[in-house]
Amino acid sequence: MQLQGCGQTRRVADPALFSFGSVSVGPQDARRLNGLDAELPPGGLTVVAGPSGSGKSTLLRLCNRLEVPSEGTVRHRGIDLADRDPLELRREVAMVFQRPVTFAGSVLDNLREADAGCDEGRGAELLERAGLDAAFLQRDAGELSGGEAQRACLARALATDPRVMLMDEPTSALDGKATNVLEQLARRLVDDGTPVVWVTHSEEQMRRLADHVLLLEDGRSDRSGSAEEVLGGG
Amino acid sequence: MEGDVGVLGLAASLVLVVVSLVISLRLKLRVEREVVVSVVRGLVQLLIVGAALQIIIDPDTPILWSWLWVVGIVVFAAATIKRRAPSVPGLFWIGLVANAATAVVGFAVTFGLSIFPVEGRTLVPIAGMLIGNSMKSGIVAAERLVEALAEQRAEVEARLALGQPWAAASRPIVRGVLRTALSPQIENTKALGIVFLPGAMTGLILAGVDPVDAVLVQLALMYLILGAVVVTTVITAFGAVRRLFTDDHRLVALPRSARDTG
Repeated sequence: MQLQGCGQTRRVADPALFSFGSVSVGPQDARRLNGLDAELPPGGLTVVAGPSGSGKSTLLRLCNRLEVPSEGTVRHRGIDLADRDPLELRREVAMVFQRPVTFAGSVLDNLREADAGCDEGRGAELLERAGLDAAFLQRDAGELSGGEAQRACLARALATDPRVMLMDEPTSALDGKATNVLEQLARRLVDDGTPVVWVTHSEEQMRRLADHVLLLEDGRSDRSGSAEEVLGGG
Repeated sequence: MEGDVGVLGLAASLVLVVVSLVISLRLKLRVEREVVVSVVRGLVQLLIVGAALQIIIDPDTPILWSWLWVVGIVVFAAATIKRRAPSVPGLFWIGLVANAATAVVGFAVTFGLSIFPVEGRTLVPIAGMLIGNSMKSGIVAAERLVEALAEQRAEVEARLALGQPWAAASRPIVRGVLRTALSPQIENTKALGIVFLPGAMTGLILAGVDPVDAVLVQLALMYLILGAVVVTTVITAFGAVRRLFTDDHRLVALPRSARDTG
């Protein structure tokens, strides 16, 4: 955010983790986001929710520049993402996808894709943060169950030492138990000081997880605020 | 026989074409028209090429005309690669560079090491063989690259999301594409003489050349073709993959099939 006055421009801290200014994505006749104005608060766990096709995943992909806006501006802590080095940004703003995508090789090989210097000690520490035992380091990543693979992907995302974690419906392919584990891990990340942006279409999950909520509808912000404000007591 | 086929010999060779037409009619394959068109088109094209080659290989014809023909082959091959994978931006120019590099490397070895003399009768046929074969692999590389990146978009984006640059994020896919595109030529070279009796050798033997001499010519050509295929395929694949990522390391929107324009 910039304030102008007395012939000079000065920069002030923008508290928003991400802010979206009139952001549209996609061609005119098929917008996935359509003039979105919204801010995500600087800390805590923000749930982005809305019906299918409302632009939740697109919003998340904008945050680490896997997509760029057709119109409008996305800022991260006040800085226009267009001005950021995309590779540096992506290491700072990590992402866990809807379906776990493991690479060929062992779990340790996967961690080394994110951090080439990752040794077994560091690998064990990353797995522990993702709720997996160190014995998983040598396991073939292709043979993990859905829940294990998603946690290995979380560990891999943590290997870049990110300051923000984006999670795009990370439990949609998991059973109840694995979902519970991943939700607890996200909460732990937040407690350790890493803000999490979690996309879901499940109202129950939103109620369980959210500190803050952004509801999308047809590519625009419907409502946003703290979980109490938006969801009330129900 | 001494290589003289003649009009009657050519007509006799059409017997198998007639057989294929009969089979198509009996099995209702409806490819009769295609067969007839391909036979006539091949005949006309090769007669034109034969007539032109006769002029080109005449020792009195300036060798510049042969070089111009080579340029034509390079441009046509680039246009063909572009036509087969239109979703890759700038593929014509990538194909042009790949085929030109193939010609330069192929000629440098062929003529630099005196495998063949620099003459009209060697320039055009060698360029045709090198670029004709390597163009096929270039097409496979471009088509397969688009398909593989579309199919494995999730893996590529998972790598990009870790902060990997486009080159690293696409490396496993490019490796697979190169293996796929190169393997037919490698298998052809392995099967030389056992399954596959290549055209140049067969032609020379039919024309009455000593089989051992024919084999030596063919071996030299096969090794050159193998090298040419590698050069074209690698340049096409690396050139195309660069064009499929933006400057800020995002994978562009891709059609499922390389032949769609996306």
